[in-house]
Amino acid sequence: MSLLDVKQISHTYKTNSMFKPHHERTVLNNISFSIDEGSCFAILGSSGAGKSTIGKIILGIEKPTQGSVQFMGHDLYTIDKKLKHQLRRDLQVVFQDSYSSVNPRMTAEQIIAEPLKNYEKLSATEQKRSIIELLEHVGLSKNDLMKYPHEFSGGQLQRINIARALSLKPKLIVLDEPVSSLDMVNQTLILELLNNLKKELGLTYFFITHDIKAAHMLADQLGILEKGQLVEVFNNPSEFFTSVHPVVHQLRSAILAEHPSSRTIRSNKRP
Amino acid sequence: MPAAKPVLEVNQLSVRTKTKTLIHPLEFTLQKGEILGLVGESGSGKTVTSMAIFQLLHKESMVIDGSIRLNGQELNGLPEKQMKTIRGKDIAFIMQNPMNAFTPVYTIGNQFVETIRAHIACSKKEALELATEALANVNLPHPKTLLSLYPFQLSGGMLQRVMIAFAACLHPKVIIADEPTTALDVHNQLQVLRHLEHIRATYGTSILLISHDLGVISEMADYVAVMQNGHLVEQANVFDLFDSPQHAYTKQLLDARPTLHMTPSTREVSYESS
Repeated sequence: MSLLDVKQISHTYKTNSMFKPHHERTVLNNISFSIDEGSCFAILGSSGAGKSTIGKIILGIEKPTQGSVQFMGHDLYTIDKKLKHQLRRDLQVVFQDSYSSVNPRMTAEQIIAEPLKNYEKLSATEQKRSIIELLEHVGLSKNDLMKYPHEFSGGQLQRINIARALSLKPKLIVLDEPVSSLDMVNQTLILELLNNLKKELGLTYFFITHDIKAAHMLADQLGILEKGQLVEVFNNPSEFFTSVHPVVHQLRSAILAEHPSSRTIRSNKRP
Repeated sequence: MPAAKPVLEVNQLSVRTKTKTLIHPLEFTLQKGEILGLVGESGSGKTVTSMAIFQLLHKESMVIDGSIRLNGQELNGLPEKQMKTIRGKDIAFIMQNPMNAFTPVYTIGNQFVETIRAHIACSKKEALELATEALANVNLPHPKTLLSLYPFQLSGGMLQRVMIAFAACLHPKVIIADEPTTALDVHNQLQVLRHLEHIRATYGTSILLISHDLGVISEMADYVAVMQNGHLVEQANVFDLFDSPQHAYTKQLLDARPTLHMTPSTREVSYESS
């Protein structure tokens, strides 16, 4: 049985703002997919395709207009509050912007301790020990415990966010563009960390990205989202390079050259 | 091109605060119609370098030494009043985050006209015509309607194209593009890069392209300068840099990027199948 089953979800945002009164916008249209335990489902699409909305729906924080989300066999939007509270500890998230995902007035220790305080009743020493363990897991050390967010680089802070997401040993982590605001070196390092953690802890990822290279490093399955429609799902992400679907083709032709000799915007001839 | 006179000549440029040296003396030149890529990870001093060229650093708290010559004219230490006539006209800036680069309370047209009229004497109507033309040049649909919109009504990709139109409309000699595509998705990224190339090819604009994305650099640059911790560690032709990086840090950067292991041939195939 798959860990997460998304069945025919559609979602419509209604706005009633000063500029656009009674405006309806369908952002997701009949989306279905499932994720097996221990695998990574990456969703690729341009901005505004509805990627993050799917993420919110999976996390249980945005009820879809239609359809259902089954997590570990329970429907996230019909179960009672108590069960939902229990299920939520197995659902964690890492966002794109590492700085705005943390409280600037908390130390790294306090940031990671928050979910532990909510769910686990640990003694102060036990809690500290598990926080240090988590920090080491993501490549930081106990010297970082007392630091505030502004003392970390973007990459380091994203590691803190990952540690926080890991703290309750969740089943599924939604990764919403976790590396998009980092430079290339840090992107690779964080993706490698996520890949190792996935193998080591048997984690399941829902990976939202617009970067095919990042998707390729992590994904077992690759879904292509375009204007709220899941236009393709590849069980082997390499099929991305051979698919003839026009949307896939467009995404593929936007990949930048890895070497100037294959570039297309400017002349690829040596001067 | 040894004989040609460089458009931008940076010599022994260094920036330091009271406690720390942000940029160690570095030098590079930019010829007409050339793109120089400036790479390095976050915090390596790429943006500080560009701000120094633009004379936007806080002069009381930072010491900027060395010379920055634009067509032979020294910019470092130039009075603010004179610098204002150069910024926007001779040397333009494209920022990473298009959302923060505009004033939210004025329309695009309003801001466009302000920029144009700050540099050339013309009527509001002429300025609007120029703006419409500039927006059409970056393939923005309905440029006339666009001028009456506010920045928040446009998407990030569109705003970035508007900013490029701003930067290009007075045909500056140099454009400094600081991570122009980092906030955009792949499709918009490609479009923005194509527009930059179009401007370069049409007006002979030289571009200082700052990016941590080696894909952007390999597509666009003629020459590449690699920065690490405020030092310029390597400077080379883009082909040489990718083929045989000399400095250990450059090698590290090239190794660190996520790759698809696509050969040039698979890439061509994917293009031909359109």
